[in-house]
Amino acid sequence: MNGPVRRPAPPSDAGYLDEEDGDDDALIRPFLVTGGRTRPLQDGLRVETMISARPAALSAPVRFELHAILKLCQFPRSIAEVAVAVGVPLGVAKVLVADLLTSGLANWEQPDEISIAMLERIRDRVRAL
Amino acid sequence: MYERSDQAPSVKAVKIIVSGGFGVGKTTFVGAISDIEPLATEAELTEVSVGIDDTSAVAAKSTTTVALDFGRIRLDDSLVLYLFGTPGQDRFAFLWDDLVVGALGAVVMVDTRRVMDSFAALDYLEDHGIPFLLAINRFDGAARFDTEEIREALRIGVQVPILEFDARVRDSVKHILLTLIEQVLIFRLAGTRTPAPAY
Repeated sequence: MNGPVRRPAPPSDAGYLDEEDGDDDALIRPFLVTGGRTRPLQDGLRVETMISARPAALSAPVRFELHAILKLCQFPRSIAEVAVAVGVPLGVAKVLVADLLTSGLANWEQPDEISIAMLERIRDRVRAL
Repeated sequence: MYERSDQAPSVKAVKIIVSGGFGVGKTTFVGAISDIEPLATEAELTEVSVGIDDTSAVAAKSTTTVALDFGRIRLDDSLVLYLFGTPGQDRFAFLWDDLVVGALGAVVMVDTRRVMDSFAALDYLEDHGIPFLLAINRFDGAARFDTEEIREALRIGVQVPILEFDARVRDSVKHILLTLIEQVLIFRLAGTRTPAPAY
């Protein structure tokens, strides 16, 4: 690719991000499920990282949200899907999933470099869709 | 550490980013080819307000969220492709930092009526060495553009494909994805030090 070309700033869509006026609680609440923690105990988790519950994990005495994730991840699911299913933002989902990983209740598919062979496999599968 | 028998079947996931301005048709794109109805999740834009309130980890964060649409395509028994639709504007840069790590590549959707909307996304992808192509969604009634005019207007190098397509049509979307993947392959086979898709 060419070197980066600086372009003029795009017009802004002012107002799009405005939250419900003055409702600060709405912004803080999601992190209550994590006890206020915003950093996952496990590094390297991505939105597409696949999580699977370990077989015996369902009988572990964990709180509601974690149990819900373990139920969902009886088959491998991405963190993005976990976030939707539990009804929390992605960052919260990462913290919760990391708790399950560090306590040995779930496994994750660690990312590795996408090899040429993998790229060819992806290409062939997409072509066959 | 864990016995093999104790593990769920291993499934690998890869992702492609679908970026573009508001109303350009990102969700339509994702929905046209996803196995599931596109799901909406929220990503936080979190800023730590240093020194304001050290006593509470929660109150010290100012968090706002932005919607992130995604779809899922099962490629085979052990491989899933996720498509993440995300706004391309400048102020979503921190969301991108999290999102693009490990991405195979990106589709930048261009609305010919608002070409400048894609500037921030293009800058970001070029800066981060992420392979991308430009996909021009064919809106009914919109004037047809010469792709070379768009290349010129957006200052895009000749190596970046620019394609016209229809985000509502599955085969059209599939063609875009295929072109992107082939482009990534060409770069990799040529040994261009583009883009380590994973870090």
